Formats: sequence, structure tokens, C-alpha cells
Amino acid sequence: MSSTEAADDDHVYLSLAEGHDDGDARWAFGTGFSDPLHGVDTAVPDAVDGSALAAVCLALGDDALVASQRLAEWCTRAPELEEEVALANIGLDLLGQARMLYARCGQVDGTDRREDAYAYFRAPADFRNVALVELPNGDFALSIARLLILSTWRLALLSRLAGTSDPVLAAIAAKAVPELTYHRQYAADWVVRLGDGTEESHRRMRAALRELAPYVEELLTATGDTVPGILAAPDTGTEAVREETLGVLRQVLAAAGLDLPERPAAPYRGRGGEHTEHLAPLLEELQSVAREHPEATW
Amino acid sequence: MVTTPALPDEQRARRIAAEVPDPELPMLTLADLGVLREVRTTPDGTVVASLTPTYSGCPAMAEMRADVAARLHAAGFAQVEIRTVLDPPWSTDRISPEGRRKLREHGIAPPGRAPRKAAGPVPLVLGATRQAVPCPRCGSTDTEQTSRFSATACRSLWRCHACLEPFEHVKEL
Ligand SMILES: [Zn+2]
Repeated sequence: MSSTEAADDDHVYLSLAEGHDDGDARWAFGTGFSDPLHGVDTAVPDAVDGSALAAVCLALGDDALVASQRLAEWCTRAPELEEEVALANIGLDLLGQARMLYARCGQVDGTDRREDAYAYFRAPADFRNVALVELPNGDFALSIARLLILSTWRLALLSRLAGTSDPVLAAIAAKAVPELTYHRQYAADWVVRLGDGTEESHRRMRAALRELAPYVEELLTATGDTVPGILAAPDTGTEAVREETLGVLRQVLAAAGLDLPERPAAPYRGRGGEHTEHLAPLLEELQSVAREHPEATW
Repeated sequence: MVTTPALPDEQRARRIAAEVPDPELPMLTLADLGVLREVRTTPDGTVVASLTPTYSGCPAMAEMRADVAARLHAAGFAQVEIRTVLDPPWSTDRISPEGRRKLREHGIAPPGRAPRKAAGPVPLVLGATRQAVPCPRCGSTDTEQTSRFSATACRSLWRCHACLEPFEHVKEL
């Protein structure tokens, strides 16, 4: 995760060896997994509905965590080293977004839970991510097409949430916008390169879009108690996010010589906890170490 | 460590926190990088230092927090409080001129101006060339990006056609 340069490594070891006398116990499975919102003012404005806010944070956090776990699966398997590093870094950004969203969720849902409780100690049916992010990686084309769809929608939504009435969610969203802009650019460039590339790369990208098309609608129509339902800022909402998402996808796919096939929506309702059979094994792997050693610190 | 007893506590604390190196770009201090937002002392003598994360997933954030606290404690400040500031988000525009000079000296091309945030949807530009990044070694602008990501999320990988050397570039954010 960190730099490969010797000087950097030396520094990291030095700072670990220096000993931190700040009294913060460390979560056992990584360095520095302490509260990502450490010291942020956590008050919830009177006008904000805490449970709706928590639902949004959870849904967006779960999308990011599950997507980041799928991206991490590309480590040692990507077609080129550069792409492996790119996918890992994109996953790291999403993981960071998930951590802050979980931390905010725990502050406002009345349970006072910390990020680890959300990531490691919930059952699949308690997760609120869309089915799109939990599908297996497939080939590089499928993973890239999924990244394009996810980052396009997430950017459209979070750029609007940056103006929402909860200042912490607004700040988390604003921070994510440049990151998602980069993710979308990376995925879009690859979709065009593959779609407009060889016969084989075109065929694979077309097949990927055909497989993913049924999962797009769930992102765009998530309703009621979930994401667009609580968009408090003016000029936001399901319609604007839908239009922007589909517009950008059309722009990219046209340049790639492709389109998003019309297919019936998949029957899953991830926002309501109804998932594909792929989520449980993903979480089992993600959660296995933490569950074997609960509350371990060092 | 040089002691400077003449300095008021707040100024001394600020100087100590400012000199903490960044874990991933150790040639830069946290002040050079622009992640140290504020250092102040409260009437009861507590030092309150505010840091802002670079990327959401920056794995170095907790190390930075711990490093700042440890150095302040070592300098005799018993009560230290570290706060995270998310708003306004960090931008590479916060890297100081001194920080940019140090990056260049270490063969890393500093970021240009971060893209301005206009109202409305974030535009997507396909294909075509983006910015020209001058080579930190020879200054040539005949350079090419070889990878959007490098050893860390904040850097991309480039190649200079003039001197043929590869180099890293801190991406505009
Ligand atoms: Zn050169």
C-alpha cells in the first residue's frame, strides 16, 4: 500500500519504532486504522433526519467497501503492473471513503458503532450495497465497465451531496469528488481503448456491458429510505443523477463504438439487503481474520 | 534538538508540528504539503493541531497524527489534541513554493494548478492530450504519461523523451 522506496520504508519503520504515546490502541490488522473522523465536529444539524442520513452513509459506504474488495482481488492478477497499481489505488480511495462514511453512520444512527463494526461484524443481509458492486470481477473488460458505471453514478451523486445539509457528509462527498473524477477518467479511457481496439477487445467489452446492463437500474432508482430519498440540497435528486449518469455513459460508449444494451433489470434489491449469492463469500473472506480475533489490538 | 526558550508556546508548537516529515514524501514537511491547517494553544496549555487528509484513503493519515503528537510530547507539551479537518478539502494547490522546489530537487515534477471547480456536472474529456508536465531533470516538455498511478495514489508515472529518464509527477487534485 505504501511506497516502494527504501527511504519511505525506513521512515515508516522509524515512526513505528518511535512509539506513539498518544494512548490510541491500534486495531490489530493494519497500521493506523484509528477513527478516520478523529476530532471532527460530530454534531448533527437540527434540520437533518439522523436515521435517513445514516441510511445514506451506510449505502454509500457499503458500495465503496464491496467495490474496493473486488478491486483488491486484481492484485497479482491484472494484465499489466501499471493497471494493477491503478486498480489498487482506486480501491484504496474507495476504502477511505467507506471508512469515513461508516464513522459518520456510527455517529448518527444511535448505535455509536465504529467503522470496524460495520465492515467486519455485519451479516450479508445487513449490507446495503447495490448488486452491481458484488458481482465477481470477470475479465478486465467487465471490471473496467463496472468501474465506469459505478464511478460515473457515484460522481454524479456525490458532487451533489457536497452541498447537502449535514456538514460532515458534505465534506466527505466534496473530498471524494476529485478522486471519483480520476476513477471515471481512468475507466472511460480504458472502455474507449478496448471498445475501439481489436476485434477481441471490442467483443469482450460488448459482452461485459451486456452482462452489467441489468444492474444499472438499481443504482439509478434506489428510492425512499435510501440514497436519493434524503438529498436535502436543492437541484439534486434522482432525476438529475440519472440524467447525468446516462449522459456520460452514452458519451463514453459512443466514443468506444458501443452502447448500453436494453435489458430487463436484475431482480435484486441490494439497498434492501437482498443480495446475489456472490456477496456472502466476499464478506466471508473480508471478515474472516477480524472475526477470528475480535477486538484484537496492538 | 535546538531549544528556543524565547518563543511563546504557540509559536514553538507550530514550528515543531510544521517540521514533521510526510510519511510518503519524506522530503516534504507537513507544512510544505499543506496538510497542517492550524496549530494553537488553549488557555489551559493544550496544543490543538489540525490536519487535513490528502486522499480519503491516505494510509499515512494516522501516522501523521501520531507523529505530530509524539513530537509535541517530546518537546514538553503534555496536552496535545489532534483534530481532523475535512472542509475545505485538501488540494495540491496547498503545496508551498518551498515544497514544490523540494519535489523538483528530488526528481518529482510538482503539480500544476488544480482544475477549477465549476458549478454543475464534472465534465469528462475523452482522448486528446491533457496537460504538458515538464521534466524535473531537464525541463523539457516533450514528456509522456506512462501510468496514471505510481507508488502512491498521489503520483503518476511519466517518461521524458529528451533525456529519456522516467519521473514521477504529483497529480493535480
Ligand atoms: Zn528530461
